[in-house]
Amino acid sequence: MEAQILAEQKNYVIQLDKLDKRFTEAVAKAGGEKINLCIQCGTCTASCPSGRRTAFRTRQLIRRALLGLREKVLSDKDLWLCTTCFTCLERCPRGVDPTDVILALRNMAVEAGYMLDQHKRVSGYFVKYGHAVPLNEENRKRRVSLGLSEIPPTVHKSKKALNEVQGITKKTGFDKLIGFKWEEGK
Amino acid sequence: MRYAFFLGCIMPNRYPGLEAAMRNVAKVLRIELLDMEGASCCPPPGVVKSFHKPTWLAIAARNLTLAEALKADATTLCSGCYGTLKDANTILKEDSTMREKVNKILHEYGNEFNGTINVKHIVDVLYHDIGIEKLRGFVKRPINLKVAVHYGCHLLKPTKYRNVESSEHPKFLDELVEVLGAKSIPYRDKMMCCGAGGGVRSSSRDVSTDMTKEKLENIKNAGGDCVVTPCAFCHLQFDTGQIEIEKQFGVKYNIPVLHYVQLLGLALGLKPEKLGLYSNAIPVDPILKKLESPIVA
Repeated sequence: MEAQILAEQKNYVIQLDKLDKRFTEAVAKAGGEKINLCIQCGTCTASCPSGRRTAFRTRQLIRRALLGLREKVLSDKDLWLCTTCFTCLERCPRGVDPTDVILALRNMAVEAGYMLDQHKRVSGYFVKYGHAVPLNEENRKRRVSLGLSEIPPTVHKSKKALNEVQGITKKTGFDKLIGFKWEEGK
Repeated sequence: MRYAFFLGCIMPNRYPGLEAAMRNVAKVLRIELLDMEGASCCPPPGVVKSFHKPTWLAIAARNLTLAEALKADATTLCSGCYGTLKDANTILKEDSTMREKVNKILHEYGNEFNGTINVKHIVDVLYHDIGIEKLRGFVKRPINLKVAVHYGCHLLKPTKYRNVESSEHPKFLDELVEVLGAKSIPYRDKMMCCGAGGGVRSSSRDVSTDMTKEKLENIKNAGGDCVVTPCAFCHLQFDTGQIEIEKQFGVKYNIPVLHYVQLLGLALGLKPEKLGLYSNAIPVDPILKKLESPIVA
């Protein structure tokens, strides 16, 4: 009986030997420099418009990151519910810059292979067209009816500019990161 | 007065009415807008920056060099684009290591970031470069409307990269609205996010529209005639969002949404069709009808 309880506990009790002690350091290096200043006051969670309607809890996310619960933090879909409104960053009494911590964690989550499909799609548009929201037929017509050029004077109008933007995404490895297949164009 | 006009994605590709409004308003105010030929997506501070910061910074830098080549400060109607370009410009000007890294990539295309220009939101241009008093002189048709001002997020925050008096109680956009004759009404959670940013609109549409709905509910309860935003993405979220809210929640708000530049255009006496006001998902007729009525002092 006792053995069974212990076995079950392993599922929800934090196991000290399973913590990634270098995780906080890695978050700091990835742009969340001031994560160690957190005193768990909860001003971030209280200020969060997303947390008001979802299970997303900024304070909890930061606590988990500080403990070194690497996989739990990076695989958590709630990480993607922050709208980057920066209210927590402005109000944090310790200057943790929680939004910067979230952005760092997101970069790490993507690198660890936890990118959401919808975000892969948007990123694919960005790599393919140079616009995360490319022009469509409806708005080509609308532009003309408004007295604008059918194609805006952006990367949409210049093959050379598009090549440059695509070249940069190759150079930084963004195409590989999002799993973009050039031959398929997505 | 000349500015490099950064278009971004949402404005030229989804709400070209805003682009038309800006180009026509610029003519009246004698602002010269220079096209940044070959500019790309900014890229978004909540999306590409969330995925891979080095890519975000390198592409933003490329866009900034296009304005540098025009020897003009860059301006934009989208607070997402503003957030990216303003933050990236500040980081690259201050951090020589980052600048070197980015320039190593740009050099391959014969390009270089030099940090010679500033990035200004169109609201900055109107408030600081033109100024309230000068703007007052341009008003031909006073706007007798009760306006719910939505500041949005990236115009104001992070304040470490902005030049604003307060991100909790800012006044400049209300002043810009009121100089046109309108009344900026107070409403609950006025400073709250519209729900579009951070990749939430693309990944969790229901959460995103739920936030917009809360704002619209508060605006309705306060008796706002319309929402006025300084941002193309907030504009999309409030306007297209109302169609999505109707599908998701079965609630119809029918609150017209205007970009500040469109409201300004109306006050300058420009026709609604010159301002792209008929390209919105939510019809703007109710406010146009109100405008024809005499001003209630």
